[in-house]
Amino acid sequence: MDHPLSLTVNGKAVTKTVDSRMLLVQFLREQMQLTGTHVGCDTAQCGACTVHMNGRAIKACSMLALQVQGSEITTIEGLATGDELHPMQAAFRECHGLQCGFCTPGMVMSAVQLLADKPNADEDEIREALDGNICRCTGYQNIVKSIQFCQSGAKPVSA
Amino acid sequence: MGNMNEADLAKGPIGQSIRRREDQRFLTGAGNYTDDVTLHGQTYAAFLRSPYAHARIKSIDLEAAKQAPGVIQIFTGADLAEAKVGGLPCGWLIHSKDGTPMKEPVHPVLAQGKVRHVGDQIALVVAETLLQARDAAEMIVVDYEELPAVIDLKTVSSIGTSVHDDVADNVCYDWGHGDKAAVDAAFAKAAHVTKLSFVNNRLIPNAMEPRAANASYTRHDESYTLYVTSQNPHVERLLMCAFVLGLPESKVRVIAPDVGGGFGSKIFLYPEETALVWASKRVGRPIKWTSDRSEAFLTDAHGRDHVTTAEMAMDATGMFLALRVNTIANMGAYLSTFASSIPTILYATLLAGQYKTPAIYAEVKAVFTNTAPVDAYRGAGRPEATYVVERIVEQCARDMKMDPVAIRRQNFITEFPYATPVGLTYDIGDYGAHLDKAIQMADVAGYPARKAASEAKGKKRGLGYSCYIEACGLAPSNIAGALGARAGLFEAGEVRVHPTGTVTVFTGSHSHGQGHETTFAQVVAARLGIPIDNVEIVHGDTGRVPFGMGTYGSRSLSVGGTAIVKAVDKIIAKSKKIAAHLLEAADTDIEFANGEFTVAGTDKKIAWGNVALTAYVPHNYPLETLEPGLNENAFYDPTNFTYPSGSYICEVEVDPDTGKVHIEKFVAVDDFGNIVNPMIVEGQIHGGVAQGLGQAMMEACAYDVKSGQLITGSYMDYAMPRAMDLPNIEVSSTCTPCTHNPLGVKGCGEAGAIGSPPAYINALTDALGVVDLAMPATPERVWRAANGMSA
Repeated sequence: MDHPLSLTVNGKAVTKTVDSRMLLVQFLREQMQLTGTHVGCDTAQCGACTVHMNGRAIKACSMLALQVQGSEITTIEGLATGDELHPMQAAFRECHGLQCGFCTPGMVMSAVQLLADKPNADEDEIREALDGNICRCTGYQNIVKSIQFCQSGAKPVSA
Repeated sequence: MGNMNEADLAKGPIGQSIRRREDQRFLTGAGNYTDDVTLHGQTYAAFLRSPYAHARIKSIDLEAAKQAPGVIQIFTGADLAEAKVGGLPCGWLIHSKDGTPMKEPVHPVLAQGKVRHVGDQIALVVAETLLQARDAAEMIVVDYEELPAVIDLKTVSSIGTSVHDDVADNVCYDWGHGDKAAVDAAFAKAAHVTKLSFVNNRLIPNAMEPRAANASYTRHDESYTLYVTSQNPHVERLLMCAFVLGLPESKVRVIAPDVGGGFGSKIFLYPEETALVWASKRVGRPIKWTSDRSEAFLTDAHGRDHVTTAEMAMDATGMFLALRVNTIANMGAYLSTFASSIPTILYATLLAGQYKTPAIYAEVKAVFTNTAPVDAYRGAGRPEATYVVERIVEQCARDMKMDPVAIRRQNFITEFPYATPVGLTYDIGDYGAHLDKAIQMADVAGYPARKAASEAKGKKRGLGYSCYIEACGLAPSNIAGALGARAGLFEAGEVRVHPTGTVTVFTGSHSHGQGHETTFAQVVAARLGIPIDNVEIVHGDTGRVPFGMGTYGSRSLSVGGTAIVKAVDKIIAKSKKIAAHLLEAADTDIEFANGEFTVAGTDKKIAWGNVALTAYVPHNYPLETLEPGLNENAFYDPTNFTYPSGSYICEVEVDPDTGKVHIEKFVAVDDFGNIVNPMIVEGQIHGGVAQGLGQAMMEACAYDVKSGQLITGSYMDYAMPRAMDLPNIEVSSTCTPCTHNPLGVKGCGEAGAIGSPPAYINALTDALGVVDLAMPATPERVWRAANGMSA
């Protein structure tokens, strides 16, 4: 069954018609062409689909599109300001916090939430907070380093 | 050159941790992975898969499914048989000890009368939407006659059931390698023999991007285009066209766009994309398929899965006399693309390790089971070999009551080149150098005090070493061919200089996380003396890049990079002739450095960009002797493998009350030869060690021995390492440059996964005072061992 859906995506008001079975992640990828949000599993474990709903990190594979009616959704495409990367994005680049890039959008969205919740999180707290995001490439070492770099407020050496 | 300060610039881009240029797109959601590709008129595919491990298909009833909403067409094995579509080929022929070729039962694209593992594909449903395709697949009625499942390697030949009707005993091959008589003679005079038996646990690769494909057929030029998650698009195309579908390669374009990790699992030609390409012409519209994670667990080629007994003969002083290894290797239900070579050519040839053991003999029996196919996974044979060597060497030290460092040192190969008794010739190395550095970094001197402190609080502490070697840079094609390879193993590169002096490089290597777009650009920018931002790297598209063999076996920089260097050198040679003409000098007097051509001994010079422009605007140009343009390609076939080596040290503390293990230190010192981008290399070590520790600590693929159902079929069952599970790894390097490629590089992609499992298990068995502990050493196994129970 098709239903109307109105929400805000990356600051823009959107109204679409969606199937009641459509997941939020499918809506973003297929109807909004926002393919930065990825699907890495089917059990809500990997976190590649993490986006922000009204400022909170959620897994877009575990929400029906119709459940976000009236919400504000931010995806990885909406994180930077124009050409200027969000400090967390810049930190991942500076610290080589990504390799294949597939888990990266979800990882960055979770990391932003993490520091919003706990600006002074220590390494153990950072690692614990990443429990819902799986990376197969980096061993997490440089992801943790990236988050700590962002935490420090240091400016990347690389432009 | 936004990434480098002026001091860095003066040194040139080689050896600099230049930040990756691919990151901008990955960090902003602008990556373009296969599932991100949407084509006009696209349809969606779902595969009906077997719920049984082993069954005969008595009938398939498609009637209800065909009537389901949105269904366009449904294909089964019968359709493929009628169209004379072949089976998927295996790329490496192994001969058994008795000289007979390995058994190669048909690997059908869609099941032909029988299913052989849970997830085996039976039908392809094409529909207007994904949900419609999946709904219709569920409406197909298959009448199965269930058969007993062949799962357990111990009973594979005695169970009385055959995975393939034409392979009665389920044995693919029974292979031997080395000098058996010399080994037997050495064992007869040995002062001591150390024997160990162990399982190298089966793993599921789990690249975070699931496999996907999008295939289309264009009527106007009768050509096919396939977007696919591949590490080697040309190999994919060759195998699919020449061996399965009988299509001219000129009519098939394979594009592997951004690929979200591979680790070996995306080397292979899989049934799904093959079926899609074939069906795309019949459907007349693009067909898209994306594996969900549950399908990935069931159908991606798995890794490892060996059962091994090893024996080392020593003299009274702990010198190794001979090594004897006996392995059973699981091939799964079908021979995947390179499956046969993994437990043979890439395994037994590495059993010398870093040691001058004079005689080695290995027997490997490969068997079929009703499980997913098993093939290359990060390291591919070399982790299994290293586990054998480094576990038994550690046990040799314990049996001889020797220091594990001392026994290694006295057996190290110290003179190069060195021909091992298992067929490889190591060109160069300095094993003592990285062991010394690792010992210093790990503060082994302070270990006794730390152990005493642990014991004082009721904990157990252990220290484990692993000194690995691997053979990378696959491979000299003629040697590989003599060993049964059915493919060449060169690499190709093309360098296209544009009239403005910017450069596009086309490489047959494929980057799926390795950062080639940055590293290769560093190599080219350094050689041409031009800004790195003026160099673009293109990969992953058979329509754009020359025929290349792709990325696996840590080969991209040593083989693919060398092909690029050779093409750049052709560019430089031609450019010098153009410069000589413009500067009115002899070719031999032209020197090229820092992007400028000069006449030796004079101040006459001309810039790179002017020469490039002249090549395309040849008004003042030696047209009678030189073609215009600056576009060169090169193929490079290495003369030997490269031999990265390293020393890893792991220190653990065990809580005997809970079985919880804490990694106190993990030190990795590697010799990769020259390093182009240290940041990227360190990242490869982190990731490799993470996968190796995953194998040693927590990952295991488990099938129910009776039913053949995959028990570990999701991230809630298969223990993927998460951030809390892994330590920080201390990484360093030593350097003996490779002697036979111009960059002096060896390859770094797999080392971490090869070296780390034995380091961890050696540390853990040291802490617990036990001979062996099975991988994965879960807290339960550790707790049992710590409390004197069988693990």
